Amino acid sequence: MLEIAKLSKSFAGFRAVSEVSLTVATRQIAAVIGPNGAGKSTLFNLISGHLQPDAGTVRLDGRDITGVAPHRICRMGVGRSFQRTNIFPKLTVFENLQAAFLVHHGQGLNFWGRSEPFYREEVAALLASIGLRGQERTLAGTLSYGNQKQLELGLALASDPRILLLDEPTAGMSATETDETIHLLERIAGERELTLLFTEHDMEVVFSIAQKITVLHQGRVIADGAPDAVRDDAEVRRVYLGHGLVRGE
Amino acid sequence: MTASRRVPWTLIVFVVLATVPWVGSRYDTFLAAQIVIDALFAVSLNLLLGTTGLVSFGHVAYFGVGAYVCGILMKTYGVPFVLAFPAAGLGAALFALISGYFCVRLIKLYFAMLTLAFSQIVWAIAYKWNDVTGGDQGLPEIPYPNLDWINALPGCGDLRISDKFYLLTLALVAISLAVLHRIVRSPFGRMLTTIRDNPERAAFIGVNVRAYQLAAFVVAGAFAGAAGALYGIFSRGVFADYVFWSKSAEVIIMAILGGMDFFWGPPVGALVIVWLNQKITAYTEYWPFVLGAILLVLLFALPGGIVGGVHALWTRLRGRGRA
Amino acid sequence: MAPSFLFSQFMGGLTTAMFLFLIASGLSLVFGVMRVINFAHGSFYMLGAYLAWQVMRWVHPSSGGFWLAALTAALGVGLLGVVIERLFFRSLYGREELYQLLFTYALVLILGDAAKYIWGVDQLSVSAPPVLAGSVRMFGTQQPLYSLFIIVLGPLIAFFGWLGLNRTGVGRMVRAAQMDREMLDALGANVRTIYTGMFAFSAFLAGLSGALVTPIESIVPGMDVLIIVQAFIVVVIGGMGSFWGTFWGSVIYGQVLSFGILILPGFSLFSVFALMAVILIVRPWGLFGRPL
Repeated sequence: MLEIAKLSKSFAGFRAVSEVSLTVATRQIAAVIGPNGAGKSTLFNLISGHLQPDAGTVRLDGRDITGVAPHRICRMGVGRSFQRTNIFPKLTVFENLQAAFLVHHGQGLNFWGRSEPFYREEVAALLASIGLRGQERTLAGTLSYGNQKQLELGLALASDPRILLLDEPTAGMSATETDETIHLLERIAGERELTLLFTEHDMEVVFSIAQKITVLHQGRVIADGAPDAVRDDAEVRRVYLGHGLVRGE
Repeated sequence: MTASRRVPWTLIVFVVLATVPWVGSRYDTFLAAQIVIDALFAVSLNLLLGTTGLVSFGHVAYFGVGAYVCGILMKTYGVPFVLAFPAAGLGAALFALISGYFCVRLIKLYFAMLTLAFSQIVWAIAYKWNDVTGGDQGLPEIPYPNLDWINALPGCGDLRISDKFYLLTLALVAISLAVLHRIVRSPFGRMLTTIRDNPERAAFIGVNVRAYQLAAFVVAGAFAGAAGALYGIFSRGVFADYVFWSKSAEVIIMAILGGMDFFWGPPVGALVIVWLNQKITAYTEYWPFVLGAILLVLLFALPGGIVGGVHALWTRLRGRGRA
Repeated sequence: MAPSFLFSQFMGGLTTAMFLFLIASGLSLVFGVMRVINFAHGSFYMLGAYLAWQVMRWVHPSSGGFWLAALTAALGVGLLGVVIERLFFRSLYGREELYQLLFTYALVLILGDAAKYIWGVDQLSVSAPPVLAGSVRMFGTQQPLYSLFIIVLGPLIAFFGWLGLNRTGVGRMVRAAQMDREMLDALGANVRTIYTGMFAFSAFLAGLSGALVTPIESIVPGMDVLIIVQAFIVVVIGGMGSFWGTFWGSVIYGQVLSFGILILPGFSLFSVFALMAVILIVRPWGLFGRPL
C-alpha cells in the first residue's frame, strides 16, 4: 500500500534520513523504531508532505505522492498524528472534529451555511469510539494530555483514512494510558480496516502489536522484517545494547 | 444552546443608530457615521486578525483602494454610486487577490512586513500620481450620490443630504456586517479558525492553508474597500493620508481594544476610539499620546480587550452565582 | 548627462545611504537578536536629534560642543533604551509578535507627543561643527565636508561592528542568539543581559545618528515616522538581522532614490517601495539574510 524508495533528506549537511526504503502492506501494522535522532519524525514528515525529500520516492497504492502538499496527501486517505499533541486548542472538542469532517466532505468553501448543525451525529459517534463521549463542549486546549492525544486520533480518523501515520502515539503517557491507547488503536484499526505505520519508543508496545518492524539508526535502515527476526538481528542488538530497550525475550 | 429567545441586541443597536439624524445634532450624525464606517473596517480586519490569525499591518491599503476607486469613478467619470460602490469593493478585492497571493506565502513577521510594504506602495502611488489621484492635494469634493429617493420614505423628506447619506451608510454597513457575521459562522469560517489555532494540523485535516488564507484576505479586502468608499464620500474627499501605514496600526488598535476574539469586539473598539478621539482632541492636541497610553494599558492589563474583559467578568460572576 | 552631475547624484545617494546605515543597523540588530520590529527606533533617532539640539543650547557652540552634544544625546537615548527594555519589553517576550509590534508602536505615539510637548512644533537646527563646515572641490563639484565625514563614518562603523560581532565574546553570543535562542540558553549565556545590552546599543546608535543628522536636516515633529519607514525598507532589502545586508541595503536604497529621480521623476518613492516588495516576494529574508 505504501512504498518508500531510497528517501533522503539533509539539513545543512546533516543527513537526517538517508536512502530509506520500506513498504507497508494493506492492513498491516508496521512500526518504525530507532534511538532518538534516528530520523523517525523526519521520515514521517517526508511521507506526509511536510518536508520535501532531496531524493527518493513515496508511493501510495502505486501512485507517486513525493513532495505533494500535506492537504492533498491527507485527502488521498493518509491520516496522521504528531509527536507533540496537535489539536486546535481554542476550539471546542466538537469544533475540532467537525472541522475535519467539513473539509473531508468538501464543505470548507461553504461561505453561507451555519456551521453549527453540521455533522453532529458523526462527531458524537466518533467521540464515542475514541473514548471521549459527551466531551463536545469542552475547550480542546483544556483537555488532559491523554485526552488531547485521543482527540488528535479522532482528527486523523475524521477524514476516513485508509492508512494512519502515528508519531509516538503513547509518548508521555502513564502505563495504564498506554495500555488503553494500544487497545484503542488495535480495535479501531480492526473496525476500520486500517493500515497502520507508527513510531514508538516503548518496545513492549512495539513488539506486542507490530507485524513488521523497521529499525532506523542515524538516518539509515539497519533492519527490516518480522518482529522475531528484528529482535535477533545482531546490528539491532548492538545499537540498542545498554539501552535496555529490547525486552520480552 | 439556550432555547429561550435572546434579546436581539444587534437589531436594537441599529435601530437606535438610525434615529440619530432626528434626535441628535449634526455633529452627532457625523460622529455616528464615522463610528459605523470604522466598525466595518475593523471587523473586516478582524477576519484576518482574530479569525484567521494573520497579522496584517497594511489593511489600510484596501480601504484606500476602495476610497480612491469610488472617488475617482464618481468625481472624475460621473459614475453613479450604485455602480461605483460595488466597483470599490471589487477593486479592493482584486488588489487583495494580487497582493495577498504573495503575502500568504510568508509567515508571521514576514507576512506583516509584506502587507506593510504593499500598503506603502499604494500610499506612494496615491501621493505621487497627480493625474489620477490628485497627488498630495488628494481628490476633494467627491459628490454625494443622488439620494432623492430617500424623500419617499416616511419622515425623511426634510433631512439634510449628509443625514440621508448617513442612513444609507448605516444600511450598507449593517448588510456588510451581517454578511461578515455569516461568513465567520459558516463552515468556511470554521476552517479559518483551525488555521489560526494550528496551521500545521489544519493542513493535515485536508485544509489548503494558503488558499483559505488568500480567500480570507480577499474577503477582508473587499469589505475594507467598501468601508473606504463610504468614508471618502462621508468626509467629502480622498487623500493620500488615508493610506499611510499608521492608519493600519490604528485599526488594529480598534480591533484588539474591543476584543479580537469576539465578532462584536472590533465595533466596540471603533466606537470607543472614535468617541474618545473626538472628546480628547476637543481640549488637547496630544491625542496620539492618549492613544499610546490606551495601548499600553491594553497590552499589559487587558489583553482580551473590552468585550473579552466583560465576558471574563460575566463568566466569573455567573459561576459564583451558581456555586 | 555631465559626469560631474552624475558624480553629485552618486555622492548625494551615498550620504543618504550612510546615514540610513547608521540608523538601520540598530533596527536590524534588534530584529536579528530579539525577533522584534522596533517601530520606536525612529523615535529614538528623533530624540537623539532633539537632545543634541538641547545640549548645544546649554554649552558654548564651539567645535567641541557639537561632539559633546552628539555623545550626550546618544548616551541619553541608550539609557532610555535600558529603561524601556527592563520595565516593559521584558514582559512581552514569548507573547505573540502582534503585541510586541503594538508595544513599540505605542512608544512611537508617546515619544512623538512627548517631544512635541517639550520642544514644540517649530523647526530647529544645529550648525555643523566649524571643522566640518566647509566644502571641497571634487570632479568639478562642491562636496560639503560634513557629507564626506558621514560617508567615511558609515564604513568605519560597519568595519568595527563587523569586528565586534566576529572577534569578541559578546559578539559571538549575539551571533549565537541570532542563530538559535534555545542553543544560547543551553550554553548558559545570560540571554537577558544580552537583550538589554542589544536594545540599549541599538537605541544608542539611533540616538547618535539623530544627533549627527542635525547639521544637514532640520529637527521637526514627524521625522521619527519618516525615518522608520526608510530604515525598515533598508533592512528588508538587505536582510533583517544581517549586518552587511543592512550596509548594502543602505547603499542600494540611497542610489535607487538618487538615480530613480532622474529616470522616473516623482516615482522614486514608488521605486523603493516596489523594490522592497519584490525582495520580500522573491527572497523574504533579504539579499544577505538567512531564512528564519
